Amino acid sequence: MKISSMGYCMKQGVKNIHRNRMFSFASIITIAACIFLFGAFFAVVMNFRFMFAELEKNLCVTVFFTEGISDEEITKLGENIRIRPEVDRLEYTSADEAWENYKAQYFEGYEAAADSFGDDNPLEGSSSYEIYLKDASKQEELVTFLKGLDGIRQVNYSASTANNLSDIAVLIGYVSITIIAILLGVSIFLISNTITIGVSVRKEEIAIMKLIGATDTFVRAPFIVEGIIIGLIGSAIPVAILYFAYDHVIEYIAARFTLFGSSSWFLSSYDIFRYLIPVALILGIGMGFIGSRITLRKHVKI
Amino acid sequence: MIILENVSKKYSSGNPALENINLHIEKGEFVFIVGTSGSGKSTLIRLLMKELEPTSGKIYVNQRFLNKIRRSKLCNLRRDIGAVFQDFRLLEDRSVYDNIAFAMKVVEAPTKKIRPQVLSMLSMVGLLDKYGKFPKELSGGEQQRVAIARALVNNPAILLCDEPTGNLDPENSWEIMKILEEANNRGTTVVVVTHNIEIVEAMKKRTVTINNGTIISDVKAGGGVIYEN
Repeated sequence: MKISSMGYCMKQGVKNIHRNRMFSFASIITIAACIFLFGAFFAVVMNFRFMFAELEKNLCVTVFFTEGISDEEITKLGENIRIRPEVDRLEYTSADEAWENYKAQYFEGYEAAADSFGDDNPLEGSSSYEIYLKDASKQEELVTFLKGLDGIRQVNYSASTANNLSDIAVLIGYVSITIIAILLGVSIFLISNTITIGVSVRKEEIAIMKLIGATDTFVRAPFIVEGIIIGLIGSAIPVAILYFAYDHVIEYIAARFTLFGSSSWFLSSYDIFRYLIPVALILGIGMGFIGSRITLRKHVKI
Repeated sequence: MIILENVSKKYSSGNPALENINLHIEKGEFVFIVGTSGSGKSTLIRLLMKELEPTSGKIYVNQRFLNKIRRSKLCNLRRDIGAVFQDFRLLEDRSVYDNIAFAMKVVEAPTKKIRPQVLSMLSMVGLLDKYGKFPKELSGGEQQRVAIARALVNNPAILLCDEPTGNLDPENSWEIMKILEEANNRGTTVVVVTHNIEIVEAMKKRTVTINNGTIISDVKAGGGVIYEN
């Protein structure tokens, strides 16, 4: 198609939206609702993944050794653990370090009480390995392995944190996919209806175009443009709203729910929107394109 | 230019609209096709535009074999043909100028050619002073002249007219015929389906008479219509 014809088709597409403004408006609103929900779920899921990754970094399994174990045996155990693929790193804490850490944490301001222990180490026999994981979902596997090793007295880990986090992320993913799929269907149906009305309004013009010798592309292009513009506007509006609301919502959540402490628990708007903007726009344009294509296949036969 | 070989067309109701039509129209000819209502004249035009498929037989238009032409190539056939209808089929929301320019835009003619070509056509049909008017502001005859200008603006090889004077008074009908004759003189093959026996007899052009779907006469020198109106 020639550039001048493209300009003509674009103009006709815009005119179609204007002529058909009630239906165009309804389609834009539906797409906007769909993309808004998509964007909101996208932000939630992205943030959950971020938090999950952050927690994973700090999630560790601690193993304590059986009494009377030699330093060589501890080193050997460490080597066996380190070579496992799910293990990120290993930190050894001796009994003395453990006592020092304990004192620092729990006897702050009560140094005299701590000093009363003298040279005795109440945590004698509490030397340990802190094992940090690359992948929290592999925690159970590692714990089973560790429990089966000789020389290990106790394995401390938080089973619930890892499982709950991955479960919540998966659940949110499923719920959002379902809702978005339904809304996508509704949006495409509405765009298709809008284009159908556009086609019927311009029936006479299309008939004349066909008689004169317009190509398929030329007849269909204005309707495709109409669908794409509806999709584009429908996706730009919610993305803009989400963009301006995001930081405020994060600040509110951080202030309202102490669990999250500070906004450093969340992704910055840049991290969210550098993905969300292109994805949402492509989604909106795609819906517009598909909606109009479906209608044109059905109603505009040359 | 136009060849029909043993062409028959039956509608799904089973009624034969055309039966075993053989017709050759040479380049540059002016041909009237006459016949009673329902004789198959309009079916013939629609077959030539490939709006309908023949039940049997072969159709060639401007060296294109219509039976085998693909849907995607249909636009090329339609560009060879200018079509004029009894009901004008103008776009009511566009001016005279835009209606004619529309035909050039649709076939993606170069933008700078559109204006001079449209004005030349308007001059040919005598409506240069009404280029800014809308169809509703024109008389029937003027609207038909716009339709002819639109049909001719892309220089088609063939002009097919289905009852072009059907809605016009005698004076306007003659105006239209003069324009069609002028187009023919410029080299366009013109096929006119009409009921207007007076004009057919007076113009002395080749006249094909169809009755009950078959050609009952083909008079080269014009006139000689033998059916009763």
